[in-house]
Amino acid sequence: MSYFNKVLIANRGEIARRIIRTCRRLGIETVAVYSEADAQAPFVSEASEAVCVGPAQAKKSYLDIEKVIQAAKQTKADAIHPGYGFLSENPQFAERCEAENIVFIGPSADVMKIMGSKLEARDHMQRAGVPVVPGSDGQIHSVEEAAAIANQLGYPLMLKASAGGGGIGMQLVQNQEELEKAFHSTIQKAESFFNDGAVFLEKWISDPRHIEVQVAADDFGNVVHLYERECSVQRRNQKVVEESPSPFLDESLREQLLETAIQGAKEIGYTNVGTMEFIFDNNKNFYFLEMNTRLQVEHPVTEEITGIDLVEWQLRIAAGQQLPLGQEQISRTGHAIECRLYAEDPKTFFPSPGTIEQLKLPEEGVRLDFSVTEGSVVSPFYDPMIGKVIVHGASRAQAIEKMKQALAGMEVHGLQTNLALLASIMENRQFEEGDYTTQFLEKAKILS
Amino acid sequence: MSDQKNKVLSPIPGVFYRKPAPDKEVFIHEGAAVKAGDVIGLVEVMKNFYEIKAESDGVLESFLVNEEDILDAGQEIAVISAR
Repeated sequence: MSYFNKVLIANRGEIARRIIRTCRRLGIETVAVYSEADAQAPFVSEASEAVCVGPAQAKKSYLDIEKVIQAAKQTKADAIHPGYGFLSENPQFAERCEAENIVFIGPSADVMKIMGSKLEARDHMQRAGVPVVPGSDGQIHSVEEAAAIANQLGYPLMLKASAGGGGIGMQLVQNQEELEKAFHSTIQKAESFFNDGAVFLEKWISDPRHIEVQVAADDFGNVVHLYERECSVQRRNQKVVEESPSPFLDESLREQLLETAIQGAKEIGYTNVGTMEFIFDNNKNFYFLEMNTRLQVEHPVTEEITGIDLVEWQLRIAAGQQLPLGQEQISRTGHAIECRLYAEDPKTFFPSPGTIEQLKLPEEGVRLDFSVTEGSVVSPFYDPMIGKVIVHGASRAQAIEKMKQALAGMEVHGLQTNLALLASIMENRQFEEGDYTTQFLEKAKILS
Repeated sequence: MSDQKNKVLSPIPGVFYRKPAPDKEVFIHEGAAVKAGDVIGLVEVMKNFYEIKAESDGVLESFLVNEEDILDAGQEIAVISAR
C-alpha cells in the first residue's frame, strides 16, 4: 500500500533528489518544481514530472506559494514535500496546502507558528519543563526595562528578535551602553525583516556546543527520539560537519537530553519529524535553542546509525499512519559522520559559483547525497552546498578513517570548494579527540 | 577638459540591489557625489551579500543595471565621472 500517489517536491538540489529516491522505492510518483536556472539540474530529470515555476531568483520561483500550489494542482499531486529551507517552515504555505486539499508533509501550521516565534517557543518549553537559556520573561518594551533586566541577568547578553532567524536580528551586548545603542536598531531591523518588532534578552553562552535531537511523532500521540546529532563544527553559524553519537555526551547526560526533547515535542503537540536544537555550556548544562519543524540537512547521520529512512517516516506520518516503531524498538549501531561540501573559498568561506568541470567521487563504502554531477552549473542564486559525504563505521575512529579515505578519493574541478578544509578537520587532533565547540573552526585556524 | 569616466564592475555573478533592505532608501541616487569606498549597491551570491564600492571620487553619473537584475561576473554596474 502506498502512502500517496504523487508527491510534489517544493525544493531543489540534493534534498529533492533524496526525496525522489525514497518515493521511487515506494512506488510514488514525483513532481519536481524548478526555476529557469535549474532547468538542467539532475533533480529535474530524475522526477517523474517537472514544472518550471519561474525565474532564477528564489522569491520569484521556489518561494512563490501560488506558483507552487498551481503546479501541484496542475499535476494532481496529492501531497507536497517542502524539503528544508524555502517554504518548509512557512505556516501560510502549510495553510494554503490544506485549503487546496493537498497534504503538507510536515507538522501543523499552528505548531510552525509557535516555533517561528522565539518568545512563544521559550514559553511553551518552560511550561514543559525544558530548560531555556536564562533570559527575560517575554517581550521587552523599553530601553529602561531592558537595562533593568540586563542588570539582573548580568552581561554579556544577546538581544534577540522573537521572529529572527539565520543570524539576523541578534546582537551581542557587553554593557549597558551597547544595549542602549542596539535596542532600537534591533527592533527596527526586526520590524523591517520579519514584520514583528518583539525583542527579548538572553544570557550569552560563550564557547557552546550545539547538539540536537531528532524526534518523530504521529497523529496518535506517539513521540519517539532517534538520538542526537553533534553539530558544533560550524562556520558563520552554518554547520560543516555533523556526527552521531556526540562524543561530548556520557550515557546519563544523553538520556536526560533525549527525554527532555521528547517532553518538549509532546508539549506543543508536534507531529511528523522534527529537530530540537540545544546548546551546551562549559559545565554541561543544556538549554533549548529552537525547533526545526522539518527534515534537516544532516538527517543522513541519523539514518546511518538507526537504519531508518526518515523521508519514508515523513510520508507515512503525513498519510495519517502510526509510527512504525516504538521507542524500545529503535536502536543505534556504530558511528556516522557527515561532511558538507560547499562551493566556496576554504579560507574566506566566500561563495564560488561556476561549472563542475570534473567530479571524481569515491566509489564505495560511502553515501553521497549530491545536488550536482559532472558538468553541472552551480549558479549564484542558491545555497553554496553542493553535496554531502556520509560515512558509517563501527566506532568513531573507524568512521573518521573512512571519511579521510572518502575525501582523499574526491576531486572537484571548475570551482573552489571546502574539500581541503574538510580533509584537515578529519586530521585535526582536537576533532579526533571529540574536544570541540562552535568556536572550533575560528580558533583552530585549520587552513591558515 | 573632458571628464574621466570610471566604470564600477561586479567581481561576482549574482542579483543586484541598490537598497540595503527592501523598505530602505537606495544607497546613492544618480547624480550624487560619491567618494572612493562608498557602498553603491549589493550583489547577492549564494545567500551572501557582497558590497559594491566606488573605487574613485566623483559623481555617480548613472547606473547601468536595475534593481534585482541578474549580473554576470565582470558586468558593468555604474559610471562615475571624475570632477
